[in-house]
Amino acid sequence: MSNMELSGIGRTAIAANSGRSSQGSDTAGARAVSKAKLGARGLQLLSWLAPVAVVIIWEWLAQAGWLSPHVLPAPSKVIRTAFKLATTGTLLNDLGVSLLRAVSGFVIGTAVGATLGILVGFSRIAEAAIDRSVQMIRAIPFLAVLPLVIVWLGVGETQKIFLVALGVTFPIYINTVLGIRQVDPKLLELGRVQGLSSLQLIRRIILPGALPSILTGVRYALATAWLALVVAETIGAQSGIGFLAMDAREFLRTDVIVLTIVIYALIGVAADGIARFLERRLLAWHPNYGAAR
Amino acid sequence: MNAHVAALPAASFEAGPAVVVSNLLRSYGSRVVIEKLNLRIERGEFVALLGESGCGKTTLLRALASLDAIQGGRIVAPRRPAVVFQEHRLLPWDNLWRNVSLGLQVPDARERAAEALTEVGLGDRLDDWPRNLSGGQSQRVALARALVQQPELLLLDEPFAALDALTRIRMHELVRELVANHQPGVLLVTHDVDEAIALADRILVMRNGAIAFEHRAVRGGSATISRADLLRELGVVSHSPTS
Repeated sequence: MSNMELSGIGRTAIAANSGRSSQGSDTAGARAVSKAKLGARGLQLLSWLAPVAVVIIWEWLAQAGWLSPHVLPAPSKVIRTAFKLATTGTLLNDLGVSLLRAVSGFVIGTAVGATLGILVGFSRIAEAAIDRSVQMIRAIPFLAVLPLVIVWLGVGETQKIFLVALGVTFPIYINTVLGIRQVDPKLLELGRVQGLSSLQLIRRIILPGALPSILTGVRYALATAWLALVVAETIGAQSGIGFLAMDAREFLRTDVIVLTIVIYALIGVAADGIARFLERRLLAWHPNYGAAR
Repeated sequence: MNAHVAALPAASFEAGPAVVVSNLLRSYGSRVVIEKLNLRIERGEFVALLGESGCGKTTLLRALASLDAIQGGRIVAPRRPAVVFQEHRLLPWDNLWRNVSLGLQVPDARERAAEALTEVGLGDRLDDWPRNLSGGQSQRVALARALVQQPELLLLDEPFAALDALTRIRMHELVRELVANHQPGVLLVTHDVDEAIALADRILVMRNGAIAFEHRAVRGGSATISRADLLRELGVVSHSPTS
């Protein structure tokens, strides 16, 4: 057993060497590391320079009167409008309505896409029966069916949720099928050698193996869900962020319009953040996703 | 050509056979890979199977593991054999104890996995992840995963081929120890003559889908066959050892 201890020590030594801590014997190396760190922070600051400058110049142009409020209101005006609408207006209600539509559509689309994807991923018969039809429908840009959806469902909640779900279904479907098909056949073979049942094989090997691909699908789906929501809400909505924007257009309230654009952007960023968080949590084992252990 | 190696009497192995193969036929379409192969491995017996690439040794192992269907003959094994492959095949999304207990249908899976990992010298790494292991450590976990099933037949498919020379020597010691403790019948497929000499009670050389040569070592003693003899059986003409 002493051999094992030896190899353990060897491993620790390698880890310490590659650790590159500041207490390294090579001081020049340590300085280079700290300089690199400063450089990274500097680059981080630099990357924020342009956007902040744009906002400042925008504000300054608006304050100086060179930028008509009908074209583009000052950022400060947009912020004031946000507070006013949030406290006295219907901003929070509209936001809630929009989020509910997005979440409902996303859940339905994910359920449909994942169910079809799992069926097709596991069964060649299901693939023959389903895949061609799905691929044909997928060839249609999903926003092109909007007029038809309005004829079918009107301009109520159903139409909006349907459109979001439609946009979500395909990225989830494709990535689920892909993920299942890409599971390492050598691991499947191992599962058989270890005597796993079909159900255990799915739970222990196929689904975890497909998860990275499925989560990539989730991130794509979030992007399309958001796009679908913006389009759906811009047409014939009585509430929601899109309605707020269209309503503001009637009265040339560019500050409200800019505010809705900013809100869409922020929610998009938040959704992406949630997806990244899921990847980090669920794929902690994966060298490309997991946080450093 | 003495291709027919009859079932051998269980001389010093009282526990009974780990596997008995009779008249095995294995073919891919019209191409016959293994024909009329007979083999018996006792429990506790360590058999090394040598042969050049494409001679059918891995095909035989896969047939014994029921990974491929056979076209004729019989394979009789009392229990499902355990397999260690050339690659460790650890599930990257499961920690070590979950990997080792894969397929183990017992309530105390974690304890059993812990015991097995301790046996291979990784008892303190239960909750660690496969990606933090070296090649040798990964292969040790694969060994633990095979042994935790308490197999009567252990199939080793060139499990040390991808390891560096020093790690391979350590693995040899470990495998010898583990086999002595657990007494499974072992079939080691390898192309490393020295490995076969170091580990096996019995060395088989496979040629053209049949067992062409057999050498039985004195039980408990070291192999009495020379490296050069084995290499000659493998079709390698060796001149002087200092070449």
